[in-house]
Amino acid sequence: MIEVENIHKSFGDAHVLKGISTVFEDGKTNLVIGQSGSGKTVFLKCLLGLFEPDEGQICYNGQFYSELSTSERRDLRQEMGMVFQGSALFDSMTVEGNVMFPLDMFTNQTKAEMQDRVDFVLERVNLIDAHKKYPSEISGGMQKRVAIARAIVMNPKYLFCDEPNSGLDPKTAILIDNLIQEITKEYNITTIINTHDMNSVMEIGEKIIFLKDGFKEWEGTNKEIFKTDNEAVTNFVYSSELFKKVRQMYIEERN
Amino acid sequence: MRSLILKEIDELIYGSMGIIIFIAFFIGGVVTIQTALNLNNPFLPKSLIGFATRQSVILEFAPTFTSIIMAGKVGSYITSSIGTMRVTEQIDALEVMGVNSLNYLVFPKIIAMFMYPFAVAIAMFVGVLGGWIAAVFGGYAPSGEFIKGLQMEFESFHVTYAFIKTLIFAFVIATVPSFHGFFMKGGALEVGKASTTAFVWTSVVIIILNYILTQLILG
Ligand SMILES: Nc1ncnc2c1ncn2[C@@H]1O[C@H](COP(=O)(O)OP(=O)(O)OP(=O)(O)O)[C@@H](O)[C@H]1O
Ligand SMILES: [Mg+2]
Repeated sequence: MIEVENIHKSFGDAHVLKGISTVFEDGKTNLVIGQSGSGKTVFLKCLLGLFEPDEGQICYNGQFYSELSTSERRDLRQEMGMVFQGSALFDSMTVEGNVMFPLDMFTNQTKAEMQDRVDFVLERVNLIDAHKKYPSEISGGMQKRVAIARAIVMNPKYLFCDEPNSGLDPKTAILIDNLIQEITKEYNITTIINTHDMNSVMEIGEKIIFLKDGFKEWEGTNKEIFKTDNEAVTNFVYSSELFKKVRQMYIEERN
Repeated sequence: MRSLILKEIDELIYGSMGIIIFIAFFIGGVVTIQTALNLNNPFLPKSLIGFATRQSVILEFAPTFTSIIMAGKVGSYITSSIGTMRVTEQIDALEVMGVNSLNYLVFPKIIAMFMYPFAVAIAMFVGVLGGWIAAVFGGYAPSGEFIKGLQMEFESFHVTYAFIKTLIFAFVIATVPSFHGFFMKGGALEVGKASTTAFVWTSVVIIILNYILTQLILG
């Protein structure tokens, strides 16, 4: 469980996060949505400890991040998995090397055990024939999947994904969403996903927070988001023609 | 960690041997020719050519000149590889995993650069060899005279001085470009700029340290 209390973050004059509080529970896929530039990535990086909030507290299963020593922070981070918006794969290593890296750094497993684990997670993200390729030799969508494999290889307690399915075809996107939800349930992970994909919202939005202008504008579930009266949320949710039509049909059906 | 260090030795030292040998050979040759052309007084012994070549190659050309070349070749490689990792969030990825990224990326490079004095030793040898070939085949001095000059008034402390310099330059070549790469901000364009800045600063630091060390050790 991650509890966020009133965090603020500015870069120079730009006040990006203006006091955000919320709770992310275990075993749930938590979604952070909002327009491009609304501060989703900055928020996630605060949760990861990559940015230090100017104000406010973040608490991981009862431990306040600000009260941890440097080595305790490193230990905490070993329990985190992160999928960066741009994948951030190590381009000097093969796909397999990337996924094996955390195992190699932090466990005492034998080569064979590590190989088994790597094969297992790569298969889960539906990548079976790219083990020996380098990141520059595979497509953006494949890179995303490798990044997901690398994030889950250590069985993290906290999983952060920054737009895990942007750049993927709808079918693979759903597959990735379902995969993330599955492992979240299976290992009772606290999962937080940044997205502006409405499909993901519908599929896996067990808890959604909507960021706007640095504030948490709205919070709820995917059942609630389609019924809310909050104008900013409806504008965002029904910005696409497809969803407008769906909503139209929904209203017509009701009448 | 060991495999990382070996990889860096391969990349930074072994990968630079070609250019180091090439430059040392021809610089050695040119130093010899220049000295010979300026020693046209018939009363001066030809062995002085060998002596001058040895002194300039061991004291300056092999340690300092090679280090400036390495600041360009190895330094820009270090800055751009670490800088690219910074802008593509690979360093953040390391941090998130709980890896001490500064240590992970820079330490193996510093250790690998401890091998650099071996490269400079080879540069010394090849430089003198280049001088000998230029002298003998260019007809500036007979082989015996040149070699006599090489052995003339040899002070082993000069070699020690050269290697002390080299070790310190090695540290500079590993750290200054790493710093510029690790703490850079921006995108791909800035990686290029950071490499250039790193080269300039590494060279400046080497030149200034060269002056200070020479004054301190030999002066
Ligand atoms: N390191 C930084 N330094 C300065 N400003 C930053 C930095 N990172 C983000 N910002 C600013 O913070 C704001 C929010 O950026 P952020 O990347 O969080 O948006 P986002 O919601 O993730 O957008 P997208 O959906 O496009 O990824 C932007 O205005 C951006 O310019
Ligand atoms: Mg973002």
